[in-house]
Amino acid sequence: MILDGKRLLIVAGKGGVGRSTVAAALGLAGARRGLETIVVETAGRGDVARALGGRPGERLAEVELQPRLHHVAIARRPALEEYLQQQVPTPLPAAVLARSRAFELFVDAAPGMSDLLTIGKVWELGQRPRRRRGALAYDLIILDGPASGQLLGLLDAPRTFASIARIGPVAHQANAIDEMIRNPSTVGLIAVATPEQMAVSETLELRTTLTERFGLGIDALVVNRVFASRFSAADRRALAAAPDDPAIRDARWYDGRVRAQRTHVARLRRCLPGVPRRTLPFLFTPQFEPHDIEQLAGILAGTG
Amino acid sequence: MSRLTTALAGHRVVICAGAGGVGKTTVSAALALGLAAQGHRVALITIDPARRLAEALGLDSLGNRPQRVDTASLDGTESEVRGELFAMMLDAKRTFDELIELLAPDATTRDQILANPIYQHLSTAVAGSQDYTAMAKLFELDHSGDYDVIVLDTPPSRHAIDFLQAPDRLIAFLEGRALAAFLRPTGHVARVAGLGFTALRRITGMGLMEDLTALFQLLAGLLEGFRRRARDVHTLLTAGTSSFLIVTSPEAAAVDEAIFFGAELDRAGMHRAGVIANRVHPLDQRGADKATATRLTAAFGDRLAAKVMSTHDDVQRLAHRDQAAIERLRSALGDEPVCLADRVADVHDLETLVEVESELFGRTSARPRQARAA
Repeated sequence: MILDGKRLLIVAGKGGVGRSTVAAALGLAGARRGLETIVVETAGRGDVARALGGRPGERLAEVELQPRLHHVAIARRPALEEYLQQQVPTPLPAAVLARSRAFELFVDAAPGMSDLLTIGKVWELGQRPRRRRGALAYDLIILDGPASGQLLGLLDAPRTFASIARIGPVAHQANAIDEMIRNPSTVGLIAVATPEQMAVSETLELRTTLTERFGLGIDALVVNRVFASRFSAADRRALAAAPDDPAIRDARWYDGRVRAQRTHVARLRRCLPGVPRRTLPFLFTPQFEPHDIEQLAGILAGTG
Repeated sequence: MSRLTTALAGHRVVICAGAGGVGKTTVSAALALGLAAQGHRVALITIDPARRLAEALGLDSLGNRPQRVDTASLDGTESEVRGELFAMMLDAKRTFDELIELLAPDATTRDQILANPIYQHLSTAVAGSQDYTAMAKLFELDHSGDYDVIVLDTPPSRHAIDFLQAPDRLIAFLEGRALAAFLRPTGHVARVAGLGFTALRRITGMGLMEDLTALFQLLAGLLEGFRRRARDVHTLLTAGTSSFLIVTSPEAAAVDEAIFFGAELDRAGMHRAGVIANRVHPLDQRGADKATATRLTAAFGDRLAAKVMSTHDDVQRLAHRDQAAIERLRSALGDEPVCLADRVADVHDLETLVEVESELFGRTSARPRQARAA
């Protein structure tokens, strides 16, 4: 399997390249290997749960969608309440404090607090034993992250917070989370890109920023929605000479897309030498079904 | 005149909104180009960490002010820019700083805010600072009176609605009774807030609370200015001369988002100029057709004909999905979507942008929808 042995896989990429699909497929591949796996969604759209044929759970509920394949959607307020309940000795009940206007303002205002709660929850999912009593300990956590720019904010949050808060329990914990994110032996970053100019550019920018700001790199690359080559050079000449027809037009369009994609894949390969790469085919399905995800999971696991 | 030209006639502000990854940046650039070609003086604001527009417009870097785009290569073509095209990439931090400079009552307050560590992170890191500053920039450019039309490409976000809510979120953040209680607690409120404060301090450590309290006290002096600005922005967005263009791809999640956003715009009393369905695959109206297969086999032989037919089947599967998406958009939004074909390669130069522009304004369709006999 891609990035075998890591405990946290962060799925990154530009908006619209299929991060959620790849996260779902990775989750399935992990579960099939016998790992207790959880896919974590941060944007609250429930895309991953739906792709796997389930429904997202309410309020941080960890839902088992398939054997050993779990899912959780992180929303800010429940994450905040849980955090307060578990971490903070206060004279007020956590729920009261979390609902207080002052505290809400504080979470909005304190730089990265909201991101910190999200990444903090990811960290908590990886604790053994878990802080929440009776909660399952996971072997593999897959983070379906936000688009590149916001992902960097998310990864930066613990450090930002620790530097501003300086001392105190939050700073202490933020440091622990920051250490986890930067541990290359347990954390792997998977960049998803489609073979298009803009998606490739954003992937390369992500790599630069990851290196400069975090000392991290791209550990694996998933090239998504790749058109397989179908036509030879002779076919191409025949198509070019053929009279206009919708079927011919579709074939020419397809072949043009294949060749355009090839130059972008070559750029990725040239600029990210030595990075393990998996190629996922474009699926001509109107709507993704669970068996489509299974096909992609097979490829990511190296069995497809 | 094209449908879009009619829908946008007399509009000074056009905002392109939609889910992430649907091609908003390209559509807004093509729209700005088309309006400039019609003779308007157009400013395009893009918010784009990936510098996609810079690539598309052949600009090496975009400052925080609109810069003239060189369109000389289009002279003599159908898309010759008879007006003027300006483009800028939003710098959220700089725009926020400029706003503070504008609204601060005095130089000392201004300097203290700009130097506050919380402010420095807030103006860059916080999700939503892009949304808010995009609106501030839109207002500033409109107010300057320098342009006939301003086209805004909204920040990347999974939810288009985040953009609309940005000013209210900022005001809610800056004002509110709880905040006053937080800063100057009295009576019963003080007891609870005081406990909250103690708890917060215990959780967060002192440094952060001091910086935060200092920032709130400083910003209190600017609150009225922020409120006025939010009201002005709201007035601008609901004005008859402003409208939204919803951009979507035919994928189900993007269409859901487009329909939801359309309803939110209606609720907020904001004007919709239309919906753009991007990356559409043209439908072959003949459907499954034995004659085509026979003709292809005669022309190409079995092997190539089979490959062409199976490719055609695959692409038509997408075309049918796209038609269903368009139908869904049409019935939910009550608007005939303007369709842009899925291009072989994405747009990164002015010449390709012109192709999108001419499709957008209905001068050409990259691939005719109606089949002609071969």
